[in-house]
Amino acid sequence: MQNRWTAFALRRGTRLIISLWVLVSAAFLMIHLVPGDPVRAMLGPTAAPALVDQTRENLGLNDPLWEQYLRFLRGLFTGDLGTSITMGLPVSEVLAARLPNTLTLGLLGFVLAICLALPVGATIAVATRKGRRRGLELSFASTSVVVATIPDFLLGVALVAIFGVTLELLPVAWTGGAESYVLPVIALAAGPAAVLSRIVRVELLSTLDEDFVRTARAKRLSSRRIVLRHALPNAVTAALTLGGLMLGTLVASTVLVENVFAWPGLGSTVVGAILGRDYPLVQAIVLVYGTGVLLVNTLVDVVLALLDPRSTIGDQ
Amino acid sequence: MRLLTVLRTPMGVVASIILVLVLLTAIVAPLLWNDAAEARNTANLNSGPSAEHPLGTDVLGRDLLLRTLVATRLTVLLALGATGVALGLGILFGAAPVLLGHRAGRLAVSAVNIAVAFPGLLLALVLALILGVGELSAMWAIGIAGAPSFARLCQTLVASVAERDYIAAARLAGKSRFRILLRHVLPNIAEPLIVNATIAAGAALLAFAGLSFLGLGVQSPSYDWGRMMMEGLDRIYLNPIAALAPGVAVVIAGLAFNLMGEALARSLSTPRIPVAWGMRPRRPYPQKAEERGDGEPADHLAGPGHADSSEPAGPAAYPEAVLTLRDLRVSLPGHLGCLTPVRGISLRIAPGEAVGIVGESGSGKSLTALAAAQLVEEPLAVRAATLKFCGADLMLRPQSTRDRSRYQRLLGRSLAVVFQDPMTSFNPTMRIGAQLVEGMRFHDGVERSWAQARAVDRLGAVGIEEPERRAAMYPHEFSGGMRQRAMIAMGLMGDPQLIIADEPTTALDVTVQKQVLELLDEVRSASSVALMLISHDIAVVRQVCDRIAVMYGGRIVEELPADRLAEQAQHPYTRALIAAVPDMNTDLDEPLATIPGRPVDLSQRSAGCPFAPRCPLATQRCHEQDPALIPAGDSGGAHRVACWHPVVDAGRAALAEADRSAGEPASAEGSELS
Ligand code: SF4
Repeated sequence: MQNRWTAFALRRGTRLIISLWVLVSAAFLMIHLVPGDPVRAMLGPTAAPALVDQTRENLGLNDPLWEQYLRFLRGLFTGDLGTSITMGLPVSEVLAARLPNTLTLGLLGFVLAICLALPVGATIAVATRKGRRRGLELSFASTSVVVATIPDFLLGVALVAIFGVTLELLPVAWTGGAESYVLPVIALAAGPAAVLSRIVRVELLSTLDEDFVRTARAKRLSSRRIVLRHALPNAVTAALTLGGLMLGTLVASTVLVENVFAWPGLGSTVVGAILGRDYPLVQAIVLVYGTGVLLVNTLVDVVLALLDPRSTIGDQ
Repeated sequence: MRLLTVLRTPMGVVASIILVLVLLTAIVAPLLWNDAAEARNTANLNSGPSAEHPLGTDVLGRDLLLRTLVATRLTVLLALGATGVALGLGILFGAAPVLLGHRAGRLAVSAVNIAVAFPGLLLALVLALILGVGELSAMWAIGIAGAPSFARLCQTLVASVAERDYIAAARLAGKSRFRILLRHVLPNIAEPLIVNATIAAGAALLAFAGLSFLGLGVQSPSYDWGRMMMEGLDRIYLNPIAALAPGVAVVIAGLAFNLMGEALARSLSTPRIPVAWGMRPRRPYPQKAEERGDGEPADHLAGPGHADSSEPAGPAAYPEAVLTLRDLRVSLPGHLGCLTPVRGISLRIAPGEAVGIVGESGSGKSLTALAAAQLVEEPLAVRAATLKFCGADLMLRPQSTRDRSRYQRLLGRSLAVVFQDPMTSFNPTMRIGAQLVEGMRFHDGVERSWAQARAVDRLGAVGIEEPERRAAMYPHEFSGGMRQRAMIAMGLMGDPQLIIADEPTTALDVTVQKQVLELLDEVRSASSVALMLISHDIAVVRQVCDRIAVMYGGRIVEELPADRLAEQAQHPYTRALIAAVPDMNTDLDEPLATIPGRPVDLSQRSAGCPFAPRCPLATQRCHEQDPALIPAGDSGGAHRVACWHPVVDAGRAALAEADRSAGEPASAEGSELS
């Protein structure tokens, strides 16, 4: 038992560290992959050569590559991520100001998606089991497909047009108040909720046909308990496996949604940074997003291992 | 071409129509309206919808409807281009193990595994920075971002064909790896690739719209839907339609690709069943089928009505039976009327008695057990003149919730069920102990610690060593035999009056089978629990049971005390079952005796005795009339048989004769006794 957990932690930890290293290296190499002179590309063809040289010197691009790499790594550990070119501020300050806004948005979206998907998927599964209520099944299937296809930013625009512009119920952009969270969180959560609830439904349906559910029925438990205690935990493990990657997508979705709602988070910052070729800032933001995704994936694996004693820790 | 089968499904037709419309617009619209879409109407800037401009105009007074239509081409082209990039790179990386050999292949696999974890948009952002902002670099960016998932798909697909013989043969023949890939591997994985590329094209279209919306994709003066949305969002107060219309176009086009992919996927993997969004063939007229269940005249498959009247046998000395079944029927409403796999079973089990039910698969024995245990689920329907358990009439639908929970409690505490496959009958995510105590805690609300102690005690009682430690384990840490013991222990948690064991040993090793049977027997004699043992194996049943009911074609064809089985069984089917059991006298060089013919096919039942097609004694009468289950001559009611020509002494010789001439040599499996 103990050994299995150690082995699991070791295996999963190694994978996380390797992925992190690849991410860091990729972020570092980004600037060197720009065709031609990255500084010239940043400042434009009309910039004075002296300025170009100066900037190159400031970015440390004249040093040998390995020295730059070491400096980059050292910077990561000391929190010194360089200075944003477009904003003239230390990158760490920009992150400190913007990251919390993105995190809150993403977390709320995630929580809402789960809170919608589990009960909806489970209820539909139980209600439409064995071919009952075909109408309900059909409308659920078509609604969820359409909702899942509508991209988050478009949903955001539509929500702005309806609730912000036409009905004037909710703010169209960030105000700092709680009410400005409503529309972006819905825009973020709707798609993942639709996909997840479909997965939950399918998984729960197949789980309800399993032998151990019949065993539970033989104990004459209430159908509520059978679904909640026996079927759902087994369905959720499968749903989580499939839904795990989707969480990563949710992180990325914040980029678009933030731009719709002029949200002062990393997502709206990164677009300006890319357009302004603000290399240090883009590097840092990419690192933050990538790390976020990796951590979320690791978390999903750990939760899976806890939920299903057979799968993750059992093998290998 | 197999891909065209997609047109046979409603979803496929809808998807094709939308897709063709989108593609037509992409081709035609720029030819017709390119100039008109650029025409500026300076008198009409940023206007809302009007007769002249149905969707309004943009900041330069250009017509938004025409611009939306014209933008189709660029949008679709870029999406397809990105998909092409993703597909090409994906195949390259996915086929790396074939192209480069194992070591480099493994490297490619792990690279893909890492890349696939990152969301595509993130990759696209990075690439937008590296390649610069513009539509071509955005196309590459989205393509590259989509490549890892294609690569992973390809790796799986390639791995599945790479081991096949013809590939090995080609490799041995010294063909180059590239040639093998082109000629042998790709054609075999083309279909799933096409399906996924279609879905990916929809995703690429949406991703591109996102990138353009951010201002990182198509640059002015070019325009695609994403760019139009961005421009529209700035003026959303003036004309919301300007932002929404291109968005709707994005959804329609994206949905078209998505649906097409889904439809292709379904029509290719399940070619015959048009399962389109719950449009499966409907279960026809459930309410009508319900009517049919009880009216035999309407139901040509149900047996004759006489089964109703036959009183269950069994020693009348027992005043109160644990379980009483009278005319139990289980039916399956279906297209062609009602199939009735169980057609009028009458059976009585006294306290402490062990009754075996024997039959081939399809004889209805397991359904009978499930019906007795009240575990039959829709669409199967159970009816019975009487279904009593411990004095409670289970056919009465409980009226109040209190009644219901009283019934459930009675069944939960007093009726234990042991299922066939111990590997799948436990919840894999719960500890064994928790599963044992669950029912008791639910029905009686006893203390957790008390229930836990009882669970440990019960586990010990069924011969599980170190029960305390075992109770804390998960099912997958138990062996098959141990799980079946734990299942029996679970039945002993309450106050069992009857154990229904449905093929409890079939899934186990031979040595373990014997132990589990002995355990069941022990449990029964120790706590005088009645046992209903279902098995295809008459030898198993004879070992443990007092009384044996032989089922065939959904009915009991013979019911007799176990000690009469060897010598006095009268039904030709029972005799055949006994003859098929190898015993001490069987000459092992001889082929095993077997029952010629196939088990009864429910959908093709005729009016006569169900065994008639396989029966060596069948006569004209057997084919026309179904014999009733009636007491056999000398038994005083304990022995019943349903046969026109029961094998009594005189007939036995004739049967033996017929056996000798009819039996083609075959193995025991030939009779599908499973
Ligand atoms: S009734 Fe006829 S066909 Fe049926 S078992 Fe008896 S002899 Fe055979």
